[in-house]
Amino acid sequence: MTLSELCAPAQDYSYAFLDAFAKRELRRRILKSIAIPGYQVPYASRELPIARGWGTGGLQVTLSLVGPRDTVKVIDQGDDQSVNAANLRRFIARMSGVDTTIDTLAATLIQSRHRVPEEILHEGQILVLQVPDPEPLRRATPSMTIAREMHADADYAVMWLNLYEQIVRYGEFTGGASYPVLVNNRYVMSPSPIPRWDNPKLHQAAHLTLLSAGREKRLYAVPPYTDVRPLEFEDVFFKIESQHGRRDRLTGATHKFMDEIAQADGGSTYSLSDTGYQDKLVRRQNGEDVALGATYYDDFGDFYHAGFLKS
Amino acid sequence: MQAFSSPEPIRLQLDPPRLVTAAPLLSARGLQRRYGSIVALRDVDLDVYPGEVLGIVGESGSGKSTLLRLLNLEEPSDGGTYSLAVAEFAGRNLFELDRFQRRQMRVRHIGIVYQHPHLGLRMSTTSGGNVADRLILAGERSFNRLREAARDALNASEFPLGRIDDLPRHLSGGMQQRVQLAKAIALKPALLLLDEPTSGLDVSVQARVLDTLKRLQREIRVTTIIVSHDLGVIRTLSDRVIVMRRGRVVESGLADQVLDDPQHAYTQQLVHAKL
Repeated sequence: MTLSELCAPAQDYSYAFLDAFAKRELRRRILKSIAIPGYQVPYASRELPIARGWGTGGLQVTLSLVGPRDTVKVIDQGDDQSVNAANLRRFIARMSGVDTTIDTLAATLIQSRHRVPEEILHEGQILVLQVPDPEPLRRATPSMTIAREMHADADYAVMWLNLYEQIVRYGEFTGGASYPVLVNNRYVMSPSPIPRWDNPKLHQAAHLTLLSAGREKRLYAVPPYTDVRPLEFEDVFFKIESQHGRRDRLTGATHKFMDEIAQADGGSTYSLSDTGYQDKLVRRQNGEDVALGATYYDDFGDFYHAGFLKS
Repeated sequence: MQAFSSPEPIRLQLDPPRLVTAAPLLSARGLQRRYGSIVALRDVDLDVYPGEVLGIVGESGSGKSTLLRLLNLEEPSDGGTYSLAVAEFAGRNLFELDRFQRRQMRVRHIGIVYQHPHLGLRMSTTSGGNVADRLILAGERSFNRLREAARDALNASEFPLGRIDDLPRHLSGGMQQRVQLAKAIALKPALLLLDEPTSGLDVSVQARVLDTLKRLQREIRVTTIIVSHDLGVIRTLSDRVIVMRRGRVVESGLADQVLDDPQHAYTQQLVHAKL
Protein backbone atom coordinates (compact mmCIF):
# COMPACT_ATOMS: atom_id res chain seq x y z
CA MET A 1 0.00 0.00 0.00
CA THR A 2 1.39 3.38 -0.93
CA LEU A 3 0.79 6.76 0.57
CA SER A 4 -0.88 8.01 -2.59
CA GLU A 5 -3.48 5.25 -2.38
CA LEU A 6 -4.39 6.32 1.15
CA CYS A 7 -4.79 9.98 0.21
CA ALA A 8 -7.86 11.46 -1.35
CA PRO A 9 -7.36 11.87 -5.08
CA ALA A 10 -5.88 15.23 -5.99
CA GLN A 11 -8.38 17.77 -7.29
CA ASP A 12 -7.96 21.13 -8.93
CA TYR A 13 -10.63 22.72 -6.75
CA SER A 14 -12.10 22.11 -3.31
CA TYR A 15 -15.53 20.53 -3.26
CA ALA A 16 -18.00 23.30 -4.12
CA PHE A 17 -15.16 25.66 -5.06
CA LEU A 18 -14.75 27.45 -1.71
CA ASP A 19 -11.89 26.35 0.53
CA ALA A 20 -12.59 24.96 3.99
CA PHE A 21 -11.81 28.23 5.76
CA ALA A 22 -14.21 30.22 3.61
CA LYS A 23 -16.95 27.65 4.20
CA ARG A 24 -16.38 27.62 7.93
CA GLU A 25 -16.54 31.42 8.02
CA LEU A 26 -19.80 31.44 6.07
CA ARG A 27 -21.42 28.65 8.07
CA ARG A 28 -20.60 30.37 11.35
CA ARG A 29 -22.04 33.65 10.11
CA ILE A 30 -25.12 31.88 8.81
CA LEU A 31 -25.69 30.29 12.22
CA LYS A 32 -25.35 33.67 13.86
CA SER A 33 -27.76 35.28 11.41
CA ILE A 34 -30.32 32.55 12.09
CA ALA A 35 -29.92 33.12 15.81
CA ILE A 36 -30.69 36.84 15.42
CA PRO A 37 -33.45 37.04 12.79
CA GLY A 38 -33.11 40.06 10.53
CA TYR A 39 -29.76 41.18 11.95
CA GLN A 40 -27.08 41.89 9.35
CA VAL A 41 -24.01 39.80 10.15
CA PRO A 42 -20.77 40.98 8.59
CA TYR A 43 -18.70 38.25 6.93
CA ALA A 44 -15.48 37.76 5.01
CA SER A 45 -16.78 37.75 1.46
CA ARG A 46 -14.53 35.82 -0.96
CA GLU A 47 -13.60 36.50 -4.52
CA LEU A 48 -15.46 34.23 -6.94
CA PRO A 49 -15.10 33.66 -10.68
CA ILE A 50 -18.04 36.05 -11.23
CA ALA A 51 -18.05 39.77 -10.64
CA ARG A 52 -19.40 41.40 -7.50
CA GLY A 53 -22.97 42.42 -8.07
CA TRP A 54 -23.83 39.31 -10.06
CA GLY A 55 -24.93 37.24 -7.10
CA THR A 56 -21.65 36.54 -5.32
CA GLY A 57 -23.32 36.84 -1.92
CA GLY A 58 -25.99 34.28 -2.73
CA LEU A 59 -23.49 32.05 -4.51
CA GLN A 60 -21.15 31.91 -1.52
CA VAL A 61 -24.01 30.91 0.76
CA THR A 62 -25.16 28.26 -1.72
CA LEU A 63 -21.65 26.86 -2.14
CA SER A 64 -21.06 26.69 1.61
CA LEU A 65 -24.33 24.81 2.16
CA VAL A 66 -24.53 22.53 -0.86
CA GLY A 67 -23.85 18.80 -0.41
CA PRO A 68 -23.86 15.80 -2.77
CA ARG A 69 -27.45 14.85 -1.93
CA ASP A 70 -28.91 18.32 -2.56
CA THR A 71 -31.04 19.34 -5.51
CA VAL A 72 -30.43 22.91 -6.60
CA LYS A 73 -32.70 25.36 -8.39
CA VAL A 74 -31.50 28.78 -9.50
CA ILE A 75 -33.84 31.54 -10.60
CA ASP A 76 -33.31 35.06 -11.82
CA GLN A 77 -36.37 37.35 -11.73
CA GLY A 78 -38.48 34.17 -11.61
CA ASP A 79 -36.84 32.74 -14.70
CA ASP A 80 -34.80 29.52 -14.61
CA GLN A 81 -33.30 30.01 -18.07
CA SER A 82 -31.94 33.56 -18.00
CA VAL A 83 -28.22 33.93 -18.57
CA ASN A 84 -27.39 34.69 -14.97
CA ALA A 85 -29.44 31.80 -13.60
CA ALA A 86 -28.11 29.33 -16.18
CA ASN A 87 -24.49 30.27 -15.52
CA LEU A 88 -24.82 30.05 -11.75
CA ARG A 89 -26.64 26.73 -12.00
CA ARG A 90 -23.96 25.25 -14.25
CA PHE A 91 -21.19 26.51 -11.98
CA ILE A 92 -22.80 25.10 -8.83
CA ALA A 93 -23.46 21.74 -10.53
CA ARG A 94 -19.94 21.45 -11.91
CA MET A 95 -18.31 22.34 -8.61
CA SER A 96 -20.46 20.13 -6.39
CA GLY A 97 -21.90 17.44 -8.63
CA VAL A 98 -25.48 18.05 -7.44
CA ASP A 99 -28.66 17.48 -9.40
CA THR A 100 -30.40 20.58 -10.64
CA THR A 101 -34.08 21.11 -11.22
CA ILE A 102 -36.56 23.76 -12.21
CA ASP A 103 -39.28 22.22 -10.03
CA THR A 104 -39.67 24.25 -6.84
CA LEU A 105 -41.05 21.28 -4.92
CA ALA A 106 -38.11 19.01 -5.82
CA ALA A 107 -35.38 21.48 -4.87
CA THR A 108 -33.71 21.44 -1.47
CA LEU A 109 -31.69 24.58 -2.10
CA ILE A 110 -33.03 27.49 -4.16
CA GLN A 111 -30.86 30.44 -5.06
CA SER A 112 -32.93 33.32 -6.29
CA ARG A 113 -32.56 36.83 -7.56
CA HIS A 114 -35.57 39.06 -6.89
CA ARG A 115 -38.35 36.45 -6.60
CA VAL A 116 -39.82 33.97 -4.16
CA PRO A 117 -41.44 31.03 -6.04
CA GLU A 118 -45.23 30.90 -6.30
CA GLU A 119 -45.54 27.41 -4.82
CA ILE A 120 -45.41 27.26 -1.02
CA LEU A 121 -41.95 26.19 0.12
CA HIS A 122 -41.94 23.42 2.71
CA GLU A 123 -39.89 22.59 5.77
CA GLY A 124 -36.30 21.68 5.08
CA GLN A 125 -36.00 23.84 1.97
CA ILE A 126 -33.58 26.74 1.95
CA LEU A 127 -34.16 29.88 -0.11
CA VAL A 128 -31.01 31.94 -0.76
CA LEU A 129 -31.67 35.47 -1.95
CA GLN A 130 -29.06 37.63 -3.65
CA VAL A 131 -28.97 41.10 -2.11
CA PRO A 132 -27.56 44.20 -3.79
CA ASP A 133 -28.11 46.56 -0.86
CA PRO A 134 -28.70 45.04 2.57
CA GLU A 135 -29.24 48.31 4.46
CA PRO A 136 -32.91 49.42 4.65
CA LEU A 137 -31.82 52.67 6.34
CA ARG A 138 -29.51 53.62 3.50
CA ARG A 139 -31.85 56.27 2.18
CA ALA A 140 -32.44 57.63 5.65
CA THR A 141 -28.80 58.08 6.52
CA PRO A 142 -25.69 57.89 4.36
CA SER A 143 -23.57 56.90 7.36
CA MET A 144 -23.36 53.18 8.08
CA THR A 145 -22.14 53.91 11.60
CA ILE A 146 -25.30 55.85 12.36
CA ALA A 147 -27.44 53.22 10.61
CA ARG A 148 -25.99 50.53 12.88
CA GLU A 149 -26.68 52.68 15.92
CA MET A 150 -30.26 53.08 14.75
CA HIS A 151 -30.61 49.31 14.37
CA ALA A 152 -29.17 48.83 17.84
CA ASP A 153 -31.69 51.26 19.31
CA ALA A 154 -34.52 49.94 17.12
CA ASP A 155 -34.88 53.59 16.11
CA TYR A 156 -36.92 53.14 12.95
CA ALA A 157 -39.07 56.29 13.12
CA VAL A 158 -37.51 57.57 9.93
CA MET A 159 -38.95 54.61 7.99
CA TRP A 160 -42.46 55.57 9.03
CA LEU A 161 -41.70 59.19 8.24
CA ASN A 162 -40.86 58.00 4.73
CA LEU A 163 -44.21 56.21 4.50
CA TYR A 164 -45.97 59.35 5.75
CA GLU A 165 -44.27 61.40 3.04
CA GLN A 166 -45.21 58.90 0.35
CA ILE A 167 -48.89 59.04 1.29
CA VAL A 168 -48.88 62.82 1.50
CA ARG A 169 -47.17 63.27 -1.86
CA TYR A 170 -48.48 60.36 -3.90
CA GLY A 171 -51.53 59.13 -2.01
CA GLU A 172 -50.11 55.63 -1.53
CA PHE A 173 -46.97 53.73 -0.61
CA THR A 174 -44.60 54.04 -3.54
CA GLY A 175 -41.98 51.52 -2.41
CA GLY A 176 -41.91 48.83 -5.09
CA ALA A 177 -39.25 46.16 -4.83
CA SER A 178 -37.34 45.79 -1.58
CA TYR A 179 -40.22 47.02 0.58
CA PRO A 180 -38.89 47.10 4.17
CA VAL A 181 -40.15 44.53 6.67
CA LEU A 182 -39.96 44.16 10.44
CA VAL A 183 -38.56 40.75 11.36
CA ASN A 184 -39.51 39.05 14.62
CA ASN A 185 -40.69 42.41 15.95
CA ARG A 186 -37.12 43.63 16.24
CA TYR A 187 -35.04 44.39 13.15
CA VAL A 188 -36.14 46.27 10.06
CA MET A 189 -34.81 44.33 7.11
CA SER A 190 -34.57 44.83 3.38
CA PRO A 191 -36.00 41.64 1.86
CA SER A 192 -33.79 42.13 -1.26
CA PRO A 193 -35.54 43.53 -4.33
CA ILE A 194 -38.42 41.05 -4.37
CA PRO A 195 -41.72 42.62 -5.47
CA ARG A 196 -44.25 43.52 -2.78
CA TRP A 197 -46.20 40.49 -4.04
CA ASP A 198 -43.50 38.21 -2.57
CA ASN A 199 -43.08 40.19 0.63
CA PRO A 200 -45.82 38.42 2.69
CA LYS A 201 -44.48 35.01 1.65
CA LEU A 202 -41.67 35.39 4.18
CA HIS A 203 -44.10 35.68 7.09
CA GLN A 204 -44.32 32.50 9.20
CA ALA A 205 -42.77 30.58 6.32
CA ALA A 206 -41.89 26.90 6.77
CA HIS A 207 -38.61 27.27 4.93
CA LEU A 208 -35.38 29.03 5.88
CA THR A 209 -34.55 32.22 3.99
CA LEU A 210 -30.93 33.38 3.82
CA LEU A 211 -30.10 36.77 2.31
CA SER A 212 -26.56 37.59 1.40
CA ALA A 213 -24.82 40.61 -0.11
CA GLY A 214 -21.37 39.73 -1.44
CA ARG A 215 -20.17 43.22 -2.25
CA GLU A 216 -21.51 44.72 0.99
CA LYS A 217 -20.32 41.66 2.96
CA ARG A 218 -23.48 41.29 5.02
CA LEU A 219 -25.77 38.31 5.45
CA TYR A 220 -29.02 37.95 7.34
CA ALA A 221 -31.74 35.38 7.72
CA VAL A 222 -35.40 34.72 8.31
CA PRO A 223 -35.60 31.41 10.21
CA PRO A 224 -38.64 29.16 9.68
CA TYR A 225 -41.87 30.28 11.37
CA THR A 226 -40.74 33.84 12.09
CA ASP A 227 -42.97 36.90 12.00
CA VAL A 228 -42.15 39.14 9.04
CA ARG A 229 -44.40 42.14 8.71
CA PRO A 230 -44.23 44.90 6.11
CA LEU A 231 -44.03 48.40 7.56
CA GLU A 232 -47.46 50.02 7.48
CA PHE A 233 -49.64 52.40 9.46
CA GLU A 234 -52.42 51.28 11.76
CA ASP A 235 -54.90 52.84 9.37
CA VAL A 236 -53.13 52.79 6.00
CA PHE A 237 -52.10 49.31 4.97
CA PHE A 238 -49.38 47.70 2.93
CA LYS A 239 -50.68 46.53 -0.45
CA ILE A 240 -49.37 43.97 -2.90
CA GLU A 241 -49.21 44.73 -6.62
CA SER A 242 -52.63 44.07 -8.09
CA GLN A 243 -52.59 41.26 -10.65
CA HIS A 244 -56.28 41.77 -11.25
CA GLY A 245 -57.42 41.08 -14.82
CA ARG A 246 -54.07 39.58 -15.83
CA ARG A 247 -54.08 36.14 -17.39
CA ASP A 248 -51.06 34.03 -18.31
CA ARG A 249 -50.81 33.85 -22.11
CA LEU A 250 -49.81 30.15 -22.12
CA THR A 251 -51.91 28.59 -19.38
CA GLY A 252 -54.62 31.12 -18.54
CA ALA A 253 -53.51 31.12 -14.91
CA THR A 254 -54.60 34.12 -12.85
CA HIS A 255 -53.64 35.77 -9.54
CA LYS A 256 -49.94 35.01 -9.80
CA PHE A 257 -47.15 37.52 -10.33
CA MET A 258 -47.05 38.36 -14.04
CA ASP A 259 -44.47 39.86 -16.40
CA GLU A 260 -45.96 42.36 -18.78
CA ILE A 261 -45.02 41.84 -22.42
CA ALA A 262 -45.57 44.83 -24.68
CA GLN A 263 -47.20 44.09 -28.01
CA ALA A 264 -46.74 45.70 -31.40
CA ASP A 265 -50.30 47.05 -31.33
CA GLY A 266 -49.59 49.01 -28.14
CA GLY A 267 -51.40 46.58 -25.83
CA SER A 268 -49.78 44.04 -23.59
CA THR A 269 -50.04 40.38 -22.74
CA TYR A 270 -48.94 38.75 -19.55
CA SER A 271 -46.77 35.81 -18.75
CA LEU A 272 -46.14 34.09 -15.41
CA SER A 273 -42.97 35.45 -13.90
CA ASP A 274 -42.25 32.10 -12.20
CA THR A 275 -41.31 30.05 -15.29
CA GLY A 276 -40.80 26.82 -13.33
CA TYR A 277 -44.41 26.97 -12.23
CA GLN A 278 -45.57 27.94 -15.71
CA ASP A 279 -43.70 24.96 -17.15
CA LYS A 280 -45.51 22.59 -14.78
CA LEU A 281 -48.90 24.11 -15.65
CA VAL A 282 -48.20 23.66 -19.37
CA ARG A 283 -47.12 20.06 -18.93
CA ARG A 284 -50.20 19.27 -16.91
CA GLN A 285 -52.39 20.79 -19.62
CA ASN A 286 -50.64 18.50 -22.07
CA GLY A 287 -51.80 15.53 -20.05
CA GLU A 288 -48.62 14.79 -18.13
CA ASP A 289 -48.88 13.70 -14.51
CA VAL A 290 -47.22 16.65 -12.75
CA ALA A 291 -47.35 17.29 -9.02
CA LEU A 292 -48.48 20.88 -8.47
CA GLY A 293 -47.94 22.35 -5.02
CA ALA A 294 -50.30 24.71 -3.26
CA THR A 295 -49.49 28.34 -4.01
CA TYR A 296 -49.15 31.29 -1.62
CA TYR A 297 -51.99 33.07 -3.39
CA ASP A 298 -54.96 30.91 -4.40
CA ASP A 299 -56.92 31.22 -7.66
CA PHE A 300 -59.01 34.04 -6.18
CA GLY A 301 -55.95 36.04 -5.16
CA ASP A 302 -56.33 35.28 -1.44
CA PHE A 303 -53.14 34.91 0.57
CA TYR A 304 -52.68 31.63 2.44
CA HIS A 305 -52.34 33.32 5.86
CA ALA A 306 -55.88 34.65 6.13
CA GLY A 307 -55.99 38.18 7.55
CA PHE A 308 -52.28 38.89 7.09
CA LEU A 309 -52.96 41.33 4.29
CA LYS A 310 -55.35 43.89 5.70
CA SER A 311 -57.74 45.79 3.52
CA MET B 1 -61.42 73.21 74.10
CA GLN B 2 -62.33 74.99 70.94
CA ALA B 3 -65.16 76.86 72.55
CA PHE B 4 -62.72 78.73 74.76
CA SER B 5 -60.19 79.68 72.15
CA SER B 6 -60.34 83.14 70.66
CA PRO B 7 -61.78 83.46 67.13
CA GLU B 8 -59.28 83.14 64.30
CA PRO B 9 -58.14 86.52 62.98
CA ILE B 10 -59.32 87.07 59.42
CA ARG B 11 -56.47 86.88 56.97
CA LEU B 12 -56.35 87.69 53.30
CA GLN B 13 -56.07 84.48 51.32
CA LEU B 14 -53.18 85.23 49.01
CA ASP B 15 -51.28 82.65 47.06
CA PRO B 16 -47.68 82.68 48.10
CA PRO B 17 -45.34 83.53 45.24
CA ARG B 18 -44.67 80.65 42.87
CA LEU B 19 -40.93 80.87 43.31
CA VAL B 20 -41.39 80.15 47.00
CA THR B 21 -43.72 77.18 46.78
CA ALA B 22 -42.91 75.43 43.54
CA ALA B 23 -39.95 73.15 43.16
CA PRO B 24 -37.83 74.09 40.16
CA LEU B 25 -38.59 72.14 37.00
CA LEU B 26 -35.06 72.47 35.80
CA SER B 27 -32.13 72.44 38.10
CA ALA B 28 -28.52 72.56 36.95
CA ARG B 29 -25.40 72.88 39.07
CA GLY B 30 -21.83 73.56 38.15
CA LEU B 31 -22.14 73.11 34.38
CA GLN B 32 -18.76 73.00 32.66
CA ARG B 33 -17.85 72.82 29.01
CA ARG B 34 -14.45 73.08 27.38
CA TYR B 35 -13.47 72.97 23.73
CA GLY B 36 -9.74 72.31 23.80
CA SER B 37 -8.20 75.27 25.58
CA ILE B 38 -11.35 77.38 25.28
CA VAL B 39 -13.61 77.33 28.30
CA ALA B 40 -17.15 77.85 27.03
CA LEU B 41 -18.96 77.36 30.34
CA ARG B 42 -17.62 77.54 33.85
CA ASP B 43 -19.68 76.69 36.91
CA VAL B 44 -23.07 77.74 35.63
CA ASP B 45 -25.93 77.16 38.07
CA LEU B 46 -29.49 77.38 36.83
CA ASP B 47 -32.97 76.95 38.30
CA VAL B 48 -36.08 77.35 36.20
CA TYR B 49 -39.54 77.10 37.72
CA PRO B 50 -42.61 75.56 36.09
CA GLY B 51 -44.31 77.91 33.64
CA GLU B 52 -41.55 80.46 33.82
CA VAL B 53 -39.70 82.07 30.91
CA LEU B 54 -36.01 82.53 31.51
CA GLY B 55 -34.07 84.79 29.18
CA ILE B 56 -30.36 84.34 28.63
CA VAL B 57 -28.52 87.36 27.26
CA GLY B 58 -24.91 88.00 26.46
CA GLU B 59 -22.63 88.84 23.60
CA SER B 60 -21.50 86.38 20.96
CA GLY B 61 -19.15 83.80 22.45
CA SER B 62 -20.45 84.21 25.98
CA GLY B 63 -21.59 80.57 26.15
CA LYS B 64 -25.33 81.05 25.63
CA SER B 65 -25.68 78.59 22.82
CA THR B 66 -23.35 76.07 24.43
CA LEU B 67 -25.50 76.20 27.54
CA LEU B 68 -28.58 75.54 25.43
CA ARG B 69 -26.97 72.62 23.67
CA LEU B 70 -26.07 71.11 27.03
CA LEU B 71 -29.64 71.58 28.26
CA ASN B 72 -30.91 69.94 25.06
CA LEU B 73 -28.58 66.97 25.79
CA GLU B 74 -26.95 67.44 22.41
CA GLU B 75 -23.50 67.61 23.94
CA PRO B 76 -21.97 65.96 26.96
CA SER B 77 -21.02 68.16 29.89
CA ASP B 78 -17.50 68.25 31.29
CA GLY B 79 -18.90 68.48 34.81
CA GLY B 80 -21.94 69.33 36.84
CA THR B 81 -25.43 67.94 37.17
CA TYR B 82 -28.66 68.64 35.33
CA SER B 83 -32.08 67.36 36.27
CA LEU B 84 -35.62 67.93 35.06
CA ALA B 85 -38.64 67.19 37.24
CA VAL B 86 -40.48 64.97 34.73
CA ALA B 87 -42.09 61.70 35.67
CA GLU B 88 -39.68 58.95 34.70
CA PHE B 89 -36.38 60.79 35.06
CA ALA B 90 -37.06 63.08 38.06
CA GLY B 91 -34.06 63.52 40.32
CA ARG B 92 -31.64 61.86 37.92
CA ASN B 93 -28.59 63.54 36.49
CA LEU B 94 -29.51 63.70 32.82
CA PHE B 95 -25.86 63.79 31.76
CA GLU B 96 -25.59 60.19 32.95
CA LEU B 97 -28.41 58.82 30.80
CA ASP B 98 -27.51 56.34 28.10
CA ARG B 99 -28.08 57.09 24.42
CA PHE B 100 -31.51 55.50 24.36
CA GLN B 101 -32.82 57.28 27.44
CA ARG B 102 -31.37 60.55 26.23
CA ARG B 103 -33.35 60.19 23.04
CA GLN B 104 -36.53 59.42 25.01
CA MET B 105 -35.92 62.51 27.09
CA ARG B 106 -35.37 64.75 24.08
CA VAL B 107 -38.36 63.41 22.20
CA ARG B 108 -40.83 63.49 25.06
CA HIS B 109 -39.82 66.38 27.25
CA ILE B 110 -37.63 68.91 25.45
CA GLY B 111 -38.55 71.01 22.42
CA ILE B 112 -36.08 73.28 20.69
CA VAL B 113 -36.19 76.00 18.06
CA TYR B 114 -32.86 76.83 16.46
CA GLN B 115 -31.81 80.08 14.86
CA HIS B 116 -31.01 78.16 11.66
CA PRO B 117 -33.97 76.06 10.48
CA HIS B 118 -31.50 73.64 8.84
CA LEU B 119 -30.52 72.39 12.27
CA GLY B 120 -34.04 71.63 13.38
CA LEU B 121 -35.86 70.62 10.20
CA ARG B 122 -35.51 68.03 7.48
CA MET B 123 -35.43 70.29 4.47
CA SER B 124 -36.63 67.66 1.99
CA THR B 125 -39.52 66.44 4.14
CA THR B 126 -42.84 68.28 4.07
CA SER B 127 -43.70 70.69 6.88
CA GLY B 128 -46.37 68.33 8.16
CA GLY B 129 -43.89 65.47 7.98
CA ASN B 130 -41.39 67.42 10.04
CA VAL B 131 -43.93 67.82 12.82
CA ALA B 132 -45.15 64.23 12.45
CA ASP B 133 -41.54 63.06 12.79
CA ARG B 134 -41.56 63.85 16.48
CA LEU B 135 -44.84 61.99 17.05
CA ILE B 136 -43.55 58.99 15.12
CA LEU B 137 -40.45 59.01 17.33
CA ALA B 138 -42.80 58.88 20.30
CA GLY B 139 -44.45 55.78 18.86
CA GLU B 140 -47.54 57.05 17.01
CA ARG B 141 -48.30 54.70 14.10
CA SER B 142 -51.67 55.94 12.84
CA PHE B 143 -51.51 58.06 9.70
CA ASN B 144 -54.71 59.94 10.41
CA ARG B 145 -53.74 60.75 13.97
CA LEU B 146 -50.32 61.91 12.79
CA ARG B 147 -51.94 64.13 10.23
CA GLU B 148 -54.36 65.54 12.79
CA ALA B 149 -51.67 66.23 15.36
CA ALA B 150 -49.37 67.85 12.80
CA ARG B 151 -52.25 70.07 11.69
CA ASP B 152 -53.06 71.04 15.28
CA ALA B 153 -49.47 71.88 16.15
CA LEU B 154 -48.93 73.88 12.96
CA ASN B 155 -52.19 75.70 13.59
CA ALA B 156 -51.11 76.54 17.12
CA SER B 157 -47.93 78.12 15.79
CA GLU B 158 -50.04 80.07 13.26
CA PHE B 159 -48.59 78.35 10.23
CA PRO B 160 -50.79 78.71 7.11
CA LEU B 161 -52.32 75.23 6.81
CA GLY B 162 -52.61 75.48 3.05
CA ARG B 163 -48.87 74.95 2.91
CA ILE B 164 -48.72 71.94 5.21
CA ASP B 165 -47.43 69.73 2.38
CA ASP B 166 -44.77 72.15 1.16
CA LEU B 167 -41.09 71.53 1.74
CA PRO B 168 -39.44 73.84 4.30
CA ARG B 169 -36.90 74.93 1.73
CA HIS B 170 -39.76 76.46 -0.26
CA LEU B 171 -40.98 78.45 2.75
CA SER B 172 -40.02 81.91 4.00
CA GLY B 173 -37.78 82.26 7.05
CA GLY B 174 -40.67 83.18 9.34
CA MET B 175 -42.68 80.17 8.24
CA GLN B 176 -39.71 77.88 8.74
CA GLN B 177 -39.45 79.11 12.31
CA ARG B 178 -43.16 78.40 12.78
CA VAL B 179 -42.64 74.84 11.54
CA GLN B 180 -39.78 74.44 14.01
CA LEU B 181 -41.98 75.81 16.75
CA ALA B 182 -44.83 73.44 15.83
CA LYS B 183 -42.41 70.54 15.90
CA ALA B 184 -41.09 71.64 19.29
CA ILE B 185 -44.51 71.91 20.93
CA ALA B 186 -46.19 68.97 19.15
CA LEU B 187 -45.81 66.69 22.18
CA LYS B 188 -46.38 69.40 24.83
CA PRO B 189 -42.83 69.28 26.18
CA ALA B 190 -41.92 70.12 29.76
CA LEU B 191 -39.16 72.41 28.55
CA LEU B 192 -39.02 74.61 25.46
CA LEU B 193 -35.63 75.94 24.36
CA LEU B 194 -35.48 78.87 21.96
CA ASP B 195 -32.07 79.65 20.48
CA GLU B 196 -32.24 83.07 18.86
CA PRO B 197 -35.61 82.14 17.34
CA THR B 198 -36.16 85.44 15.57
CA SER B 199 -32.64 86.63 14.84
CA GLY B 200 -32.66 85.83 11.14
CA LEU B 201 -35.99 87.52 10.48
CA ASP B 202 -36.84 91.06 9.47
CA VAL B 203 -38.46 93.29 12.03
CA SER B 204 -42.12 92.92 11.03
CA VAL B 205 -41.94 89.14 10.74
CA GLN B 206 -39.99 89.07 13.99
CA ALA B 207 -42.80 90.93 15.71
CA ARG B 208 -45.41 88.47 14.46
CA VAL B 209 -43.35 85.44 15.52
CA LEU B 210 -42.88 87.04 18.93
CA ASP B 211 -46.66 87.53 19.15
CA THR B 212 -47.14 83.84 18.48
CA LEU B 213 -44.58 82.87 21.10
CA LYS B 214 -46.23 85.18 23.61
CA ARG B 215 -49.68 83.75 22.91
CA LEU B 216 -48.44 80.17 23.13
CA GLN B 217 -46.75 80.99 26.40
CA ARG B 218 -50.06 82.28 27.74
CA GLU B 219 -52.01 79.30 26.49
CA ILE B 220 -49.87 76.29 27.25
CA ARG B 221 -47.66 77.67 30.05
CA VAL B 222 -44.66 75.68 28.95
CA THR B 223 -41.43 76.36 30.81
CA THR B 224 -39.20 78.21 28.37
CA ILE B 225 -35.60 79.22 28.11
CA ILE B 226 -34.90 81.80 25.45
CA VAL B 227 -31.45 82.78 24.31
CA SER B 228 -31.03 86.03 22.45
CA HIS B 229 -28.63 88.89 22.00
CA ASP B 230 -31.66 91.10 21.30
CA LEU B 231 -32.74 92.69 24.57
CA GLY B 232 -36.08 93.67 23.05
CA VAL B 233 -36.97 90.03 22.48
CA ILE B 234 -35.87 89.15 26.00
CA ARG B 235 -37.87 91.98 27.52
CA THR B 236 -41.00 91.01 25.58
CA LEU B 237 -40.97 87.37 26.54
CA SER B 238 -39.10 86.63 29.72
CA ASP B 239 -39.98 86.77 33.39
CA ARG B 240 -36.45 86.37 34.61
CA VAL B 241 -33.10 87.06 32.99
CA ILE B 242 -29.57 85.85 33.43
CA VAL B 243 -26.66 87.67 31.86
CA MET B 244 -23.69 85.66 30.66
CA ARG B 245 -20.18 86.67 29.87
CA ARG B 246 -17.17 84.50 29.09
CA GLY B 247 -18.96 81.37 30.20
CA ARG B 248 -20.11 82.72 33.54
CA VAL B 249 -23.40 84.09 34.84
CA VAL B 250 -22.59 87.67 35.85
CA GLU B 251 -26.05 88.84 36.83
CA SER B 252 -29.52 87.41 37.29
CA GLY B 253 -32.88 88.67 38.40
CA LEU B 254 -36.35 89.66 37.27
CA ALA B 255 -36.39 90.87 33.69
CA ASP B 256 -37.46 94.45 34.44
CA GLN B 257 -35.04 94.69 37.32
CA VAL B 258 -32.02 93.55 35.33
CA LEU B 259 -32.84 95.47 32.19
CA ASP B 260 -33.92 98.72 33.87
CA ASP B 261 -31.48 98.78 36.75
CA PRO B 262 -28.43 96.74 35.77
CA GLN B 263 -25.89 96.30 38.55
CA HIS B 264 -22.97 94.60 36.87
CA ALA B 265 -20.73 96.79 34.73
CA TYR B 266 -21.05 94.43 31.76
CA THR B 267 -24.85 94.41 31.96
CA GLN B 268 -24.89 98.19 32.11
CA GLN B 269 -22.78 98.29 29.00
CA LEU B 270 -25.07 95.77 27.29
CA VAL B 271 -28.26 97.63 28.17
CA HIS B 272 -26.88 101.00 27.13
CA ALA B 273 -25.58 99.62 23.86
CA LYS B 274 -29.22 99.00 23.02
CA LEU B 275 -30.67 101.98 21.19
